[in-house]
Formats: sequence, structure tokens, C-alpha cells
Amino acid sequence: MAMKVLLNCHFRRLAAIAAAVAAGLLLSGCGAGLPNADQGVEQGVLLFGNGAEPKTLDPQRATGVTENRIISVLIEGLIAYHLTDDNLPEPGVAERWEHNEDASVWTFHLRGDARWSNGDPVTAADFVYSYERMLNPAFPGEYAQMLYIMENAEGYQNGEVADFSRVGVEAVDDKTLRFRLVGPTPYFINMLKHYSWFPVHPPTIEAHGGRFDMSGEWTLPENFVGNGPFTLTEWRPNQYIRVTRSPTYWDRDRMRLNEVYFFPIEDGNTERRMFDSGLLHVTGTVPSNDIPSLRRDKPELINIDDYLGTYFFRLNVTRPPLDNPLVRKALNFAIDRKAIVERVTLGDQKPAHAFVPEGFNDYPNPRVLGYDPGRARAYLAEAGYPGGEGFPSLYLLFNTSEGHRKIAEAVVDMWNRTLGISMQLENKEWKVYLDAQTHLDYDISRSGWIGDYMDPITFLEMFTTGNGNNDTGWSNARYDELIAAAFRSRTQEEHFDHLLEAELILLEELPIVPLYWYTRIRLTDPRVRGWYPKLLDNRPMKHVHLAE
Amino acid sequence: MFKFIGRRVAQSVIVLFVIITVTFFMVRFAPGDPFSAERKMPEHIKQSLMAHYGLDQPLLVQYGRYLGNLLKGDLGPSFTGTRSVNQILAAAFPVSLELGGWALLIALGIGLPVGIVAAVFRNTLADYIPMSMAMVGICLPTFVLGPILALVFGVWLGWFNVSGWFMPLDRVLPATTIGLVYAAVIARITRGGMLEVLSQDFIRTAQAKGVPFPRIIVVHTLKGGLLPVVSFLGPALAGIISGSFVVETIFQIPGMGREFVNSAFNRDYTLVLGTVILYAALITAANLLVDVVQVVLNPRLRFEDS
Repeated sequence: MAMKVLLNCHFRRLAAIAAAVAAGLLLSGCGAGLPNADQGVEQGVLLFGNGAEPKTLDPQRATGVTENRIISVLIEGLIAYHLTDDNLPEPGVAERWEHNEDASVWTFHLRGDARWSNGDPVTAADFVYSYERMLNPAFPGEYAQMLYIMENAEGYQNGEVADFSRVGVEAVDDKTLRFRLVGPTPYFINMLKHYSWFPVHPPTIEAHGGRFDMSGEWTLPENFVGNGPFTLTEWRPNQYIRVTRSPTYWDRDRMRLNEVYFFPIEDGNTERRMFDSGLLHVTGTVPSNDIPSLRRDKPELINIDDYLGTYFFRLNVTRPPLDNPLVRKALNFAIDRKAIVERVTLGDQKPAHAFVPEGFNDYPNPRVLGYDPGRARAYLAEAGYPGGEGFPSLYLLFNTSEGHRKIAEAVVDMWNRTLGISMQLENKEWKVYLDAQTHLDYDISRSGWIGDYMDPITFLEMFTTGNGNNDTGWSNARYDELIAAAFRSRTQEEHFDHLLEAELILLEELPIVPLYWYTRIRLTDPRVRGWYPKLLDNRPMKHVHLAE
Repeated sequence: MFKFIGRRVAQSVIVLFVIITVTFFMVRFAPGDPFSAERKMPEHIKQSLMAHYGLDQPLLVQYGRYLGNLLKGDLGPSFTGTRSVNQILAAAFPVSLELGGWALLIALGIGLPVGIVAAVFRNTLADYIPMSMAMVGICLPTFVLGPILALVFGVWLGWFNVSGWFMPLDRVLPATTIGLVYAAVIARITRGGMLEVLSQDFIRTAQAKGVPFPRIIVVHTLKGGLLPVVSFLGPALAGIISGSFVVETIFQIPGMGREFVNSAFNRDYTLVLGTVILYAALITAANLLVDVVQVVLNPRLRFEDS
């Protein structure tokens, strides 16, 4: 009897609590939710998975792919993103342009109807102001080096040139902008698509702390003024950024999207669930374990495009036995890159037979690297370690991540089995790993490099002597000369000739072990249109639309 | 009692000061800095960034400045974001507090009744079944339970959004994930505490006097039996309301847990300090609260001064 009473009593209490919880949940919180994928199609709202929370929306301070994707819909440069091919230019703020004979002086004619989102016209002086801000020694523009291609730009930033009017950029009149470059630069147009060349709105910058203010206050939605196809409407950190079609954008009548939501989703599995339950149109990535089953069951949803990046290992050439090029060759030829991409990474990555990825128009990719165990063993024997005998135990360093671990395990296994050596793994937390790499405190270190613009020099420049991103200790005078010559080439052919010769030196000396060329793997709603495979993954959102 | 609380608050200030000092120097000694990245920035730009944030000054000067600003309530700028540490915490903490509140309600709402029933009907099915489930609950980490709940109730059944923090219903899955794990622990602690009290002489006396069984449980047993739960809840409360990195990542919740963990990975010194200070303050406050409640509940304890 007592038991029964007690039970009843508890059930009542439980029920009461449950009811209170339910009522509270329904009454609390605010407003309705966001549109889902179906509503998005009806309303022209794209729901986009964008990796991480952007650190800044200031184009002159930004450095990441995440930031780029948002900034490039809010601000438009002289040259815009082409719909289908990142090798090609598309008129942006500039409607036409010309250059002198050796491509060292470029003149851009700005379109008359280019406007900022507050209605102001976009003028040549806005660009000059932006570049002065970027290059000012007091301003920490991380990509300022991109602008060194202009005459005296480097000197201005170093303080050697005091007067900005001596820097090679000039507003001839309101709508004409002229660049004087340090030398012939046939690929200048491709560089201009990078956000470090984007303009900022001078009055907005001045109204929010001035040009050297680092609070980023001007980039908040209530202050932001841009000239791109979309304007910044909402920025909820760790939730989403919402952009709305700009009423002042010159090409607004051709646009079909009304809004884009960028979601910072760090976890691939969460993103997959969001996509599966209709909360996203496009994901930023796909968990690698899901790739095989998705390709089998839902091939229409999974989207794999080549991406301009190389996954490679750095070899510390200041440490024996890696100071011996034969050892470095042996390591390179002992890896079955095809097996890595087919059985480990699973995303159609391309086995690297060189360092610069394929896909640059007219740049001949040398076929140097490959899998040749016999040759690898011969190199090692020639270096004085026949059958791996006497070869010291080295460590392969990678930053903590499941994906990197799998690749490192596979490679180390190949090395140990093919060469008879005993390589080991070492993982470090991201910042510790970066620190070790910078100070050459490693034997072999995992690395990746994504191109900034469509020219092979964005990959090859980093291995010049003393370059901040070299991080291998490798140095070659002829290589440095060739890269310097490539920066001064008058024609595209000459430019590529220098670069190819430099890359062949790199592939002969091999301070690196290129593994594969990246791909971008996404889940995409079939109703998303205007989405093409693009090497730099520059997304011209103004052309994207949604259709039944 | 007020003297007791006053003294404890004074102690807490010292504890906080020590924590701030230790954290300040520890994050600085960790390898790496806020501005290191895979693509390195030029050295002179890094120098100007360091100078802007005062990181080029001697460490003791930086420490003095930080304390000075802290006294004014300014936690400084975040080195890796657009917003200040004050703004970040002001946005993130209420979210974690709300999520933690719901989770606590679920944890107590399930854990207490189940624990009490299991103790009263010990060694019966009403004990074994919930207690085995509780064991599973304790062993099941949130990074397994969360995705399962999201998959079943979000993707398959479509009752809730799998992620987000926009609608009232968005609270259900994450709060349940955290709540169930704590409910399991609370149920087991409650059962243990209740059992201990139920075997005491005064309970037998009450039964002999003919006091009705429900009255024995509610009036005589609960007060003492819940003491272990109360002491468990102190630190647990601070943990629950200061956010969970795992649950916030799984459900896309803009709470404190993500800021806490990411700031450490990013070496965002000021944000690390800000989150640590807030967390430390919460723990000290929760422990103080627990001490007070324990004295109220346990007749054998007295405030030292009364």
C-alpha cells in the first residue's frame, strides 16, 4: 500500500517537472527559426556551410579561405570571379583595361555605375586609399606583400620611401586607375582577384577609428559599407553571417539570390546531419569515412572538384641524413601515392608527380615523381645505407588530426617496408607543430599549401632562400635566380620557362615529398545552379541560384 | 553566517588572483603565439601586431597592465577575433547558462526520483533496471549520445532541428544530452545517500513508532540522503553552466565551451584568461553556495562563527 502511494506521488512529481520543462521550452527563446533548404529554394536564400567562424571581414587584414568566401560577396575588386574558370578574368569594378607593351603599366577604367552600398560612387581614389592603408608601416596587413608588385610599394612599407605618391598606383581621374609595376607582370590580372587588392570605403574607415584602427568596428553589420553584390545584414558569432542582395550593386538585375547564410560549422558530422535534415544547400566538407558510401548511394549529391593545393612533407635538410639528396630521393620514390589517395584519403585527390598542381593554363607539369621501390632502394644504397642498414630512426611530425594521422601512418609504413628503415610518428598540437616547423625543430613535417592566385609562382616562390615559408633549410642559388627572373618576365612563355626550370631543380633536389593535389569535397543540393568546378574555389555568388 | 560568507568571499578573491596569475604566465610559456599560422606573416608585420597589443613589452609590464584593466572590468581585445573579450563572453555566457539550466532541470528531474525509488525498492527490478541504465548513461559520453539523439530525433523523426540555437525547441536535444549524463550520476549518488540514511537507527525508530512510510522518506530520509548530491552539485553546477565544448560543437551552439577550448588552441591570451576567470568565479561561487546549503541541511554542521 505504502509503495503504491509513493510511486503515484513520484510519478505525479515527474509528470509535473516534465510539463514544466516542456512549457518553459515552448515559451522561452525568441522568434522563429531560419529558412530550411526547401524554403530557401522558394525564397532565393542559399544556406552555405563555411567551415569556421571568420576572424575578420576586413579584406586588408584577412588571411583565410573562410574569410575570403564571405568578403568576396561583400566587396568587389577590379576583376571579379569568372563563372566557370579561375584562369579567366571577369570584369568587376573595372569594365575594361589595357597594358603597355611589356605588361608593366596597367590602366583600368572603372564602370560609371559602380557604387558603394551607401550610394557613394566607387572611385579610383578609393583604391589608392586602400592600398595606402594596406602598405602603411603602421598597419598590419598580413598580405601586404602581394602589393609589392607595385613600384616602390615595398620601400613605402619599409619606410624607405616616405611619400605614397611615389608608389606605383595613381588615380588619373575619378574613373581611371593606373598601376606602374616593378617589372613586366603578364599575370597581374589573376593577382587582382585576390582580396588583398579589394577596395575599402574610405569614409567608413575614417568614421570608425581611422585607417589604423584594429578593433574591426567598421566591419560590424551596422557599420559595414561594401561595393559587392551583397551587403552584410547580420553577423551572429558562431551561428551565422547573413548577407542580402545589395540595392546599389551595378549588376543587381542579373542576380537571382536574395540572401546567403554562411554557417561556421567546425564538425563535419554535424554538417552532414544538417545537410541530411534539409538545413543546408552546400556543405564545406564531407567526413572522409562517409565518402565511399555517399559515392555509392547518393552520387548526385557528392561533388568532388580539383582544388589548387598540394599536400606534402617538408624534409629538414639541415639534419643528417636528410642533408643528402639521395636519401631525399629514396624517400620520394618509395611512396605509392596512388594507394594513398585510393585507400586513405578517398576523395579523388590526384597523386602528385610534381610540386605545382595541374590546372594552370599552358604550364607544363613535369612528370618526375612516381612509385619505384627498386630505384628508391638503389638511391638509399648509393647514399650509404644499403637495405636501410645504419639509417637513423627519424620522426614524421604532423599536427593532431585523424586525417593527417592516417596518411602519416600509411607513408611511414611504406617507407619502413620498402627501405628497411625505422621511421616513427610524432604528433603535436597545432601551434606547437607550427613552432617546431618554423624553428626547423623536426626531421620530416606534414605541410599543405593552397595557391593564392592562378600562377605557379604562388607555389614556387616559397622555396627561395630566406623566404618565411621555406621552413626546410634548403637553399639553391640558381633556383633563387630563376624565381627572380620569373617575376620580371616579359611574356607568359618566358615566365613559365623560368618557373618550369626552377620546379625541375626543386624536384631534383627534393627538400620536400609531394604527396597529392587537393580536391574539394562537398555535398550539394541538386537545386543549386551556377556552381562549377573551380580550381581556386572562388565562388561568384552573384551567378549562383536555386531552382526546382 | 554573514561573517562566514564574508570570509569565504575574501578567500575567493585571493584564489582568483592566484588563478589569474598562474594562467597569465602559463599561456605565455606555451609554444606558439596568437599570430602564428601555416602561412606565416612577414616578420615586420608580426612585430607591428605585437606592438599594437602591447605584446612587445616585458612580461611583468604586460601583467601589470592586464591587472589594471581587469580592475576596470576590461578583459581586453581578442587577438584572433573582431570582438572584445567582454563582448564575446557577454554573448556566450547567457547561452551556456540557459543550456545549463535546462540540463540541470533534466538531470535533477530524472536523477533524483530514480535514485530515490531505487533506494526504497533496493534489490528489486525497480532498482536494477534504472541503475543498470544509469551505469550505461555514465559510460556513454556526450559525443556519442549527442549525435545519436540528433540522428534519431533530428534526421530520422524530424521532430527537432539537428543543430542551431534559434527556436525554443532547439534547446531540447542539447539539454537532454547533457542532462541525461548528469542524471545518471545523480541517480547513483542519490541512491547511495538514501540507502545510508535508511539504515540508520532513527529511521527504524520512526518505523517502530508507526510513522507512515512516505512521511519517513520525505521528512526523515531526504534531508540527509541528498547531502552527497548537494556536494556533487557544487563543481558540477559550474561545469554545467559554463558550457560544454563537445555538445556546443555537435549542436552548433554559440556558448562558452567553444570559446574556452578554441581560445586555448589559438593562443588567444586574453580570451583564455577571460574564460578562465569566469569559470573560476563560477566554481568558487558554486562551492560557497554548496557549503551554505550543506550547513542548512546537515544538523551536525554549524557555521564556524555561530
